[in-house]
Amino acid sequence: MPNANEKDKKSQRDGFGEALLELGETNPDVVVLTADLSESTRVQSFEKMYPQRFVQVGVAEQNMAGIASGLALSGKIPFMASFGIFSPGNNWLQVRTSICYSNANVKIIGTHAGLSASSDGATHQALEDIAITRVLPNLTVIVPADYHETKKAVKAASEHIGPIYIRLSRDSITPITEEKSDFNIGKAQILQEGDDITVIFCGPIGAGVMTAVNELKKDNDISCEVINCSTIKPLDEKTILGSVKKTGKVVTVEEHQVSGGLGGAVSELLSEKLPVKIVRVGVKDTFGESGKYDELLDKYGLSSEHIGKAIVTAYKETAHEQ
Amino acid sequence: MPTVKRYVRNVQLLELEHIATRLREEVINMLHQAGSGHSAGSLGTADIFTALYFDVMNIDPAHPLKPDRDRFVLSNGHICPIWYATLAYRGYFSKTELETLRKTGSKLQGHPHAASLPGVENSSGPLGQGLSLAIGMAMAAKMNGENHRIYCMTSDGELNEGQTWEAAMFAGTSQLSNITWIIDRNNIQIDGTTETIMPLEPLREKLESFNWYVIEIDGHNIEEIINSCNMSKAVTQRPTVIIAHTIPGKGVEFMQYKFSWHGKAPNESEAKDALKQLRSLDGRIGSEYE
Repeated sequence: MPNANEKDKKSQRDGFGEALLELGETNPDVVVLTADLSESTRVQSFEKMYPQRFVQVGVAEQNMAGIASGLALSGKIPFMASFGIFSPGNNWLQVRTSICYSNANVKIIGTHAGLSASSDGATHQALEDIAITRVLPNLTVIVPADYHETKKAVKAASEHIGPIYIRLSRDSITPITEEKSDFNIGKAQILQEGDDITVIFCGPIGAGVMTAVNELKKDNDISCEVINCSTIKPLDEKTILGSVKKTGKVVTVEEHQVSGGLGGAVSELLSEKLPVKIVRVGVKDTFGESGKYDELLDKYGLSSEHIGKAIVTAYKETAHEQ
Repeated sequence: MPTVKRYVRNVQLLELEHIATRLREEVINMLHQAGSGHSAGSLGTADIFTALYFDVMNIDPAHPLKPDRDRFVLSNGHICPIWYATLAYRGYFSKTELETLRKTGSKLQGHPHAASLPGVENSSGPLGQGLSLAIGMAMAAKMNGENHRIYCMTSDGELNEGQTWEAAMFAGTSQLSNITWIIDRNNIQIDGTTETIMPLEPLREKLESFNWYVIEIDGHNIEEIINSCNMSKAVTQRPTVIIAHTIPGKGVEFMQYKFSWHGKAPNESEAKDALKQLRSLDGRIGSEYE
């Protein structure tokens, strides 16, 4: 793991914008759409460089989804970018009918997801987007962990035929994956091997997870196996089951409602194929509020301290039962 | 020579009218056999479908995906029985498939599923989504320097959906002159007439103010349908919308103008009655049901 220097911090949306620029040069079929959020979603550079392949739809996410589908059905590879709360939030039925049901090759990019729309408050914080996307047939759902993984996910998405939702955060965070490490859609990555408990996470909350597990190793001598589950759908069942078979204990961590997201997906898998007790860390069926990002993560139970406590609880409870 | 031309034209129009009647008969049979579906809009747009698929559009049923084909997007997916019937009669697939409408395992879904059938290139059902698709297709064509046109049909009731106006606003200001949008202005929706449920008028002025080139026609006059579509090809810098005034349930007296027939299929005796009224030029169908 690289040193967690402040200057190393980078945002996922910057990674998205940079990857798009590279794709613009290498793939003439790539088209970018946005709904009046060109700067915030970092598609501005693409807009300047390739204006003929850029579509500004105004504040109209439903129309954007339809136009993207029409472009895809004509052979283009559209990336449509907005805040996750608006797209796939405000255009879910368009995503379902016009994109997923037609298996249109549209890449849906939702930024400012989780609590990262922090000071804008609950109206802008997408905490339900994984739940509403992972139930859609044909749709692949990816939640990259950091800047590096975002760049790789965007490139992989352009090569994958079929609709994809990529969920991104706003803030600059410490990368926890390497620039050169492998990324494959549908493959989870074991960031750290361990024997006592499996910790599965998705998204930039991974930085907090790594802090927590390093302290647990030092202070409590708990050896965590950490899985970066960046593809929510299709879920990498093999990696998850393999790890849980070894440890027998599981914690999931996500910046999302505790229901319906990563924790939900892992619970569904384990209850069918390898029933064990699971502790899910996430926002507990409540709306967020305005505030600083770090403060909100703490208030809603997602700071590294909270994650550490949850891991200890899961470790002790399941150890007691065994 | 003009007289001869006129004569030839008239013969062609008579043939097209005959096809439209056959399609209406087919729709009655299909809906009756399916036991559910949307009668009024399917019958009301038979003349438009006939004009598009048998005259206006550059298509080739033997090569349904030929690159320079004109595209057709059906936004009000519930009238797909007339679309399916048209495609079958135009030779995209066997007419025998038509009787499978809405049945388990059929390619003829109750609302269209993209690529389930040759000639069906979009999915629709939830209203208001089609015009956006047409815009995407039109933009792709412009980006590629291609000259085909995108024809998009919507109902009038679905103009209640906000997305339609997002799309209308976008297209009107985007110089998408390769779009011909046809509104089936039949004045009904599920719960009543359009002007009592959510008034659309003045519709022409609304669309003009969104920078569309607006043509109003009799949606049962095949010559007018063809001429207006051809006229739309000559419009530059902006898209064209054809407000096609139609009679819901056209051709079957007890269905005409009645919003109660929006989402209803005829039962056995109603189907017989309808087929008698439609009676093709041969008189064949009529005698079958005497």
